[in-house]
Amino acid sequence: MSGVFWILAALTVFGALAAVMLKNTVHCALAVTIAFAGLALLYLQLGAQFAGFAQILIYIGAVAILVVFAILLTRGSETPKEGIFSRSWFAGMTIAAGVFAVLGWAAIQSIHVLPHQAEAPSVTVNQIGDALMGRYVLALEIVALLLTAALIGAVIVAMHEKGESK
Amino acid sequence: MTPLAGYLLVAALVFAIGLAGALTRRNAILVLIGIELMLNAANLNLIAFWRYGPHPELLTGMMFAVFSIAVAAAEAAVGLGLVISIYRHTRTTDLDEMNRMKG
Amino acid sequence: MQESMGFTPQLAASSIAQILWLIPALPMVASGVIALMKQPARRLASSLAIGSLGISLVLALAAFGHVLSGWSHGFSVRETVNFAWVGMGAGSIDLGWVLDPLSAVMAVMVTLVGLLIFIYSTGYMAEDENYTRFFCFLSLFAGAMLGVVIANSLLLLFMCWEIVGLTSYLLIGFWYQKPSAAAAAKKAFVTTRVGDVFFLLGIVWLFSVTGTLLFYNNGAGALEPDAIATMLAGKAALGLSAATAIGLLIFAGAAGKSGQLPLHVWLPDAMEGPTPVSALIHAATMVAAGVYLVARVYPVMAAGGTLSHGAGGTTTALTVVTWVGAATAVFAALIAVAQNDIKRILAYSTVSQLGYMMAGLGMGGVAVGMFHLITHAFFKALLFMGAGSAIHGCHEEQDVRRMGGLRKEMPTTFVTYAAGMMALAGVIPLAGFWSKDAILESAHTWKSSQGPYFLLVFGALLTAFYMTRQVCYVFFGEYRGHGHAHESPRVMTVPLVILAFFAVTLGVLGTPAWPWFRAFLDDRPAAFEWAGFSEPGFLPLLLTSTVVVFAGLGLGWWLYGNKSPRAEEPDALERAVPTLWGWLHEKLYVDELYGVTVIAFYGWWARVADWFDRRVWGGLVAAVALAFRGLAHFDRFFDRQFVDGGFDKGCEEIYTGGGLLASIQTGRVQHYLRLLAVAVVVLAAILIWSSR
Repeated sequence: MSGVFWILAALTVFGALAAVMLKNTVHCALAVTIAFAGLALLYLQLGAQFAGFAQILIYIGAVAILVVFAILLTRGSETPKEGIFSRSWFAGMTIAAGVFAVLGWAAIQSIHVLPHQAEAPSVTVNQIGDALMGRYVLALEIVALLLTAALIGAVIVAMHEKGESK
Repeated sequence: MTPLAGYLLVAALVFAIGLAGALTRRNAILVLIGIELMLNAANLNLIAFWRYGPHPELLTGMMFAVFSIAVAAAEAAVGLGLVISIYRHTRTTDLDEMNRMKG
Repeated sequence: MQESMGFTPQLAASSIAQILWLIPALPMVASGVIALMKQPARRLASSLAIGSLGISLVLALAAFGHVLSGWSHGFSVRETVNFAWVGMGAGSIDLGWVLDPLSAVMAVMVTLVGLLIFIYSTGYMAEDENYTRFFCFLSLFAGAMLGVVIANSLLLLFMCWEIVGLTSYLLIGFWYQKPSAAAAAKKAFVTTRVGDVFFLLGIVWLFSVTGTLLFYNNGAGALEPDAIATMLAGKAALGLSAATAIGLLIFAGAAGKSGQLPLHVWLPDAMEGPTPVSALIHAATMVAAGVYLVARVYPVMAAGGTLSHGAGGTTTALTVVTWVGAATAVFAALIAVAQNDIKRILAYSTVSQLGYMMAGLGMGGVAVGMFHLITHAFFKALLFMGAGSAIHGCHEEQDVRRMGGLRKEMPTTFVTYAAGMMALAGVIPLAGFWSKDAILESAHTWKSSQGPYFLLVFGALLTAFYMTRQVCYVFFGEYRGHGHAHESPRVMTVPLVILAFFAVTLGVLGTPAWPWFRAFLDDRPAAFEWAGFSEPGFLPLLLTSTVVVFAGLGLGWWLYGNKSPRAEEPDALERAVPTLWGWLHEKLYVDELYGVTVIAFYGWWARVADWFDRRVWGGLVAAVALAFRGLAHFDRFFDRQFVDGGFDKGCEEIYTGGGLLASIQTGRVQHYLRLLAVAVVVLAAILIWSSR
């Protein structure tokens, strides 16, 4: 386990923590961007260059912007009156802790049986393109449809209705 | 600790954090952020297994993660659009107040 | 029993016997039709009644002729027609009618006298507004009485007996608006009822001992030798045989109807009814029904003894009948001496003569008693109708002290009345003399005792005395009433004349020279012979009775003669023996005695029964009702608490449970998410565990 891994992991985790715990919503959005970036770097370290760049492009470049826009459109930057956490936050925390416990315990328990491939695979964009158009062409087309539907749907959902005041 | 276990733990941690945020924050947008974090944690899991699992030349993990990213993006778009639409109707994004479906 | 010399019994019923039932049925049907007619149909009602009874008379004469021809040819006629009325298992209750000399003679007498009285009534009741109702009841009575006469079954006789009692009640109380009339009707009914209770006991006992209620049934009837032997063998209390006991019970019923001594109290009060009613019912027919009943069941009463004319002993039952009859005869004659109402004198006279008939039956047998009954019917009806004529002529005045001198104003009435009076007193050679003499003769030759003989002779003296007194008061002297007396119309006087004729001549049927009547009833041949007069002991007896009668007549004439005492002056006899007169005038206080004993006891008993009914039975009923109410309350409580409560509680629980479950649906997204997360954790844990 190299030190890079630990640094990147810490970055990601702290970014995530900040995203969840900060009061100002815009700060949360920026924090989650840092988490996304950390994750992208992790992908790069793992040798999944395409996934890493796709992460940067899509998540940081689109989703984060989208979140910021949404925050701005909904006046989310204003601090809410009753606090940022819901009334029954303790139950949520407990459940999340439970989930982490289960997952972590599963991971720790199965250290011995986890696979280990020492060599990093060499992946070219060529291969990825071939795979996309070859083996995964159906999935590709379906995702394309999905994206179209989502696009249209988002537009319709967020569109101003006739006669409704802003 | 094997590298894979480390990645898995990180992913589990991020996942739990994302879950905690989704379950406890009032603002609807922050719930969506939590959901994005969860999806990202799952992606990290996938990539890690792709790297350290058998047959990485099949690109299964990578492809899965890429598609996951695409779908997550689409879902974020639609979700945020819904939040904006709800905000227009109820003038708030506070989830605690949205209990009209109470049985 | 009687000897049948050369008489062969004829068993098959002739055609006249087959239609014998029409004799009572026609007047009953006429009564029913009249009952349905409207009040103003007077002529039609009386014509219907008279017509039906006329046809009955014709039929009765035909039946009598049939029996007569059979008798004259040497047959003993006793034809019966029996039929089963109610089936009871193997056996049945039978009814039927009989045609024999006794029933034929009675039928002719009842229809003839009845018809004459019906015709008389059209005149007497002409001004009454209830004319139609009167003839309806009269017709019903005639039908029922004829039913009693021809009945071959004790049950049928009893049923018609009761109808006769009912019509007597209806007719006594005909003018029901008068309280005295209504009370008299009730008294008559109740008193005869007392007798009828014993009568019914006798019937039941007879049925239980012999198994049949028919009189004659080809050897199986209750009056035929087999049944009589069974009754004699049966035992009753006080060492009597069943036959005696049954006979006494039946006599009790007859005593009620015929006014014998303890049960005579209703007859004088029955004079409240119209005079034709008194004539028909309380002189000629209904009161004679008791005598007829004893004559009918004579075989039962004479069972065990050897009774033939003038020889042998007698039975207990007949002894009782004789003494009761004799006592009644004297008792009633004494009271009649001191009465002032014209009809009451005749009523007590009737009671007295009924006593004579019963004594005659007891001592001399069926023929002796029945002969006096027949003759009495004619002259008593005549006397009553004559009295009615006198009352009508004096403008409804009934007190003899306010009448008088009617000899001049109402000659026809006077002559007929005098004929009847002399017949009753027993002046020779009128009918009453022969019949009464027959009784006196049988009394004189009665083995048990001479007591009845002396009583009856004394009674004859009294009879002559009080009748003379009455005739003197009414027809002699001067008219003491108000208004002007006038003779009655022809429709009333013609029947009087007819009856007077019979009163005078009927005696010829029973003289010792030609004992036709006795022979006819006893199924023996009869021949006319003057030698009958020379039977030993007969002439002294004849002389004795004549002397007694004339003594009575003379005494009466001496005291009352041609004088005209006013109503306010005391009676001549009263001046002589005032205390005795007082007692006799008050009817020897019999009614008062009954009032103090029987009626008082009955009132007390009624009060006890009322208390019992209200407290005990009423209390039981109330207790049951209370128990039910309590049960109903408990039921309601149970229903409310457990059934309703349980059901309601169950529904509430379901509701609460549903509410609890619904509280999961908070409507908040994060809660749903949490649930999802928990579920996933649990599933993951299970997966991991199961794969280990």
